[in-house]
Amino acid sequence: MLEQLNAKDFGTPLRTAEQEVTLEIDGMQVTVAAGTSIMRAASENGVNIPKLCATDSLEPFGSCRLCLVEIEGRKGYPASCTTPVERGMKVRTQSPKLQALRKGVMELYISDHPLDCLTCAANGNCELQDMAGVTGLREVRYGYEGENHIVSKKDESNPYFTYDPSKCIVCNRCVRACEETQGTYALTISGRGFESRVSAGQDQPFMESECVSCGACVQACPTATLQEKSVIALGQAEHSVITTCAYCGVGCSFKAEMKGNEVVRMVPNKDGHANEGHSCVKGRFAWGYATHKDRILKPMIRSRITDPWKEVSWDEALDHAASEFRRIQKKYGRDSIGGIVSSRCTNEEGYLVQKMVRAAFGNNNVDTCARVCHSPTGYGLKQTLGESAGTQTFKSVEHCDVIVVMGANPTDAHPVFASRMKKRLREGAKLIVIDPRHIDLVRSPHVEADFHLQLKPGTNVAIVSALAHVIVTEGLLATEFIAQRCEEKAFQQWRDFVALPENSPEAMQEITGVPAELVRGAARLYATGGNAAIYYGLGVTEHAQGSTAVMGIANLAMATGNIGREGVGVNPLRGQNNVQGSCDIGSFPHELPGYRHVSDSTTRHLFEQAWGVEIQPEPGLRIPNMFDAALDGSFMGLYCQGEDIVQSDPNIQHVAAALSAMECIVVQDIFMNETAMYAHVFLPGSSFLEKDGTFTNAERRISRVRKVMPPKAGYADWEVTIRLSRRLGYEMNYAHPSEIMDEIARLTPTFHGVSYEKLDQLGSIQWPCNDAAPLGTPTMHVDEFVRGKGHFIITKYVATDEKVTRKYPLILTTGRILSQYNVGAQTRRTENVQWHEQDILEIHPHDAEERGIKDGGWVGIHSRAGETALRAKVTERMQPGVVYTTFHFPGSGANVITTENSDWATNCPEYKVTAVQVMPVSEPSDWQKKYTRFSKVQHELLDQAKQAISKTKTIA
Amino acid sequence: MDMQNLIHMANQIGDFFEAMPDREEALLGISGHLHNFWEPRMRSQLLKYVDTENGKDLKPIVVSAIRTHRSKLVSQH
Ligand code: SF4
Ligand code: SF4
Ligand code: SF4
Ligand code: FES
Repeated sequence: MLEQLNAKDFGTPLRTAEQEVTLEIDGMQVTVAAGTSIMRAASENGVNIPKLCATDSLEPFGSCRLCLVEIEGRKGYPASCTTPVERGMKVRTQSPKLQALRKGVMELYISDHPLDCLTCAANGNCELQDMAGVTGLREVRYGYEGENHIVSKKDESNPYFTYDPSKCIVCNRCVRACEETQGTYALTISGRGFESRVSAGQDQPFMESECVSCGACVQACPTATLQEKSVIALGQAEHSVITTCAYCGVGCSFKAEMKGNEVVRMVPNKDGHANEGHSCVKGRFAWGYATHKDRILKPMIRSRITDPWKEVSWDEALDHAASEFRRIQKKYGRDSIGGIVSSRCTNEEGYLVQKMVRAAFGNNNVDTCARVCHSPTGYGLKQTLGESAGTQTFKSVEHCDVIVVMGANPTDAHPVFASRMKKRLREGAKLIVIDPRHIDLVRSPHVEADFHLQLKPGTNVAIVSALAHVIVTEGLLATEFIAQRCEEKAFQQWRDFVALPENSPEAMQEITGVPAELVRGAARLYATGGNAAIYYGLGVTEHAQGSTAVMGIANLAMATGNIGREGVGVNPLRGQNNVQGSCDIGSFPHELPGYRHVSDSTTRHLFEQAWGVEIQPEPGLRIPNMFDAALDGSFMGLYCQGEDIVQSDPNIQHVAAALSAMECIVVQDIFMNETAMYAHVFLPGSSFLEKDGTFTNAERRISRVRKVMPPKAGYADWEVTIRLSRRLGYEMNYAHPSEIMDEIARLTPTFHGVSYEKLDQLGSIQWPCNDAAPLGTPTMHVDEFVRGKGHFIITKYVATDEKVTRKYPLILTTGRILSQYNVGAQTRRTENVQWHEQDILEIHPHDAEERGIKDGGWVGIHSRAGETALRAKVTERMQPGVVYTTFHFPGSGANVITTENSDWATNCPEYKVTAVQVMPVSEPSDWQKKYTRFSKVQHELLDQAKQAISKTKTIA
Repeated sequence: MDMQNLIHMANQIGDFFEAMPDREEALLGISGHLHNFWEPRMRSQLLKYVDTENGKDLKPIVVSAIRTHRSKLVSQH
């Protein structure tokens, strides 16, 4: 057993009953929570009963019979994993008889198991091996000549793990993991008796089955039957480091298992508070991009974007960037440059970028990609509840009776949280889905939505008002809660507004397309079904009325008293790994860290004193404003850290024109991304494996990111910002990211109690963490709202300007899928492409037929912003009139079509609603042809940099 | 910056606050929003537009909010 790698396995899950039970195990008095298994009670007290089919992440199954014990006064030998403790029980875990029985069990297993331990990938980390040792197995009497599975064929279809049936002991752990932990039900035991073996789907290869490659079965398998290919290739790791996934806002905790500086595998951390030992295909397997050959490891510069790149030293690149920024400011004014904070980088790195912009650039032109995703959440929740963040922990879902999922697709975008949610749904919680698409949650194994409000895109506010109308007019308000906790006048105004007949489900039916009865049913269930929680995503925020919808959601929670305790609340499912954090640490142009407005002079003075500079009291430009100002000639320089605005932002042609108009764009990234093709300075970035820092996930949970290898290009991103700032004449002195966090904590009341030391102690911390809440705050707004009294806000439905017309009769909405991540810069450079190698357009059979569109055929998509071509997928997941695509591949040009229409309050783009026409085509669009040419030229300019270097080397 | 876009954005803000029953509050809401979230160059362009073009294509409530709370919207720099 590789002790240094594996956490202790107690055999069966923790029980938390308040009642305690005292019993005797091997003569020792032990006290445990009622409902605990004998196996776990023993294990918690240092006695490890042999086991194979039990593991503490799964409910006990009792099939291997290795864990037998003797109980005084009872006949036979009960399995300790399935037998709960009882008061006064006297248990014996070892006796000659038990040892003989266990040895017999092991002998049977081993007789049908290849004896290639020394060359097996699991060697040293195999429970079967361990148990053979523990039971003292010395001979196998049954011989290998009889029938066995040793020649069974290996399934290597999955790019990340193999299934070798010859090694399977049919312990069922994988099947249970797929059901209980992941909730996909992809595995079964097929065949009976000796014939029985694990099978994916209907005896299919893994890749052809329902398997989503989460890795839970691989993690649960006690043998090498399910084994990571990376372990087969590299061997077992020698040390491990706890860190945090750098993909999505779930923020799963992982153990990076290492061999020196090389990652052998990423294993979900059992003690991780966000994921409790679970993972998805991205965090678990798709980390190979970090060492991909496309990584750019040398700084580069060029004068014009049509020039070849030139590799230069760090000093030269940084000097050049700084002098360009100063030159531009001299020519166009102090406010003519700005910076973009990456929501993929750490809190500490983001803090430094916004500090550099405010202190060294001397303006507030700093923004982050939350602009294009959850800025309406920040605005809407601050206005209503008083804090720009979700109200709960993920664990809170275990206490939900009613779950509302609105404009979110958790099984694809927040998979690990989706698994936790599905578990609760299987336990009987009710489900309301509000989404234009038939997302997987609407019906999946053992989960079925009680209501699916399949609204037309762009009508969220209408639905929210209609739900509120039912709650108010049918007397379902939490009157006592409202009277105590909310502002009276605002509540009354809101109540009178939503009660208007024009807000009734019947009146809104025409707009939303949702039958009134469904809305009434859903409202009644939400208001009266017990603990009700709303989980929402970008399908709520990325609209012209995104902020209004967020406020509407907060209104619903206040109106029904569903806030301030476990199992309820308003839960934004945030996109990027650190999008919550990047907002917290002051990346918005109008806010200093901790969501304090730049015009607030007390806060400003606090930072002015700490930083020794004057800070502007006026808000800076937001990302889309930067583009407009660039085209206007008043914004000419940009420092863009870890963000690919050219692919991710709407109306790419507009973005590209804006970037082309700027005089100096500095891109800091690990790859030559789409934005870098417009850049003049390229600074190599570092992956999450190469630096220390913290990420903050959707539950406000701050978790450590730990360096497991040195930065490939020499510096971590925070070190680069420090060096650039220094060249701009503003010194920053930090020896380690922990010192940056100390500064954030000192200057931000909600972070006062946060430090690396405390993070090491507690594992993770949910802010606010300060004197009032030294261990952090799992649930917010418990006794009162952060703003004091909750503030109801009137949310009037206003139709978007992006309307369907004769010319553009369909609505395009965009989203993402499980295996690819956002712009795909990372996942496209992993085997995840095997699941999704191109973006496709989903269209309803009716709309397809009308246009002569065939499944798999090419279609052109036109909007008023542009046109592109994709392959079509004809599917009833879509409602007629609505088409859907993803934006993971740059050449697909999904964002060529989206317009710059945006949320009224935050300028968050309206990605979810674009009026389009779709027609069969035979070739790529003009934009795609142009893009292909441009991209080819840019790659040649990059190759020239490399060739220039190799030539110099040859000459030298 | 593109004036049509600024007008569109300002009207969207107007649409939101117009729903408030208390008109004073709505006007304050609109001007407060412009003050808190619009960068000075965007605000001054809008102010100039209201002055020179009499707020053509802007919703009346937006024009009224800008006129009533003009001093708040002038950049302090
Ligand atoms: S990888 Fe996940 S989804 Fe696939 S079979 Fe294993 S547990 Fe099920
Ligand atoms: S594959 Fe592994 S976990 Fe699944 S039944 Fe076989 S030995 Fe057990
Ligand atoms: S759910 Fe998100 S954080 Fe967790 S492993 Fe997957 S991508 Fe990473
Ligand atoms: S561990 Fe108890 S029966 Fe297998």
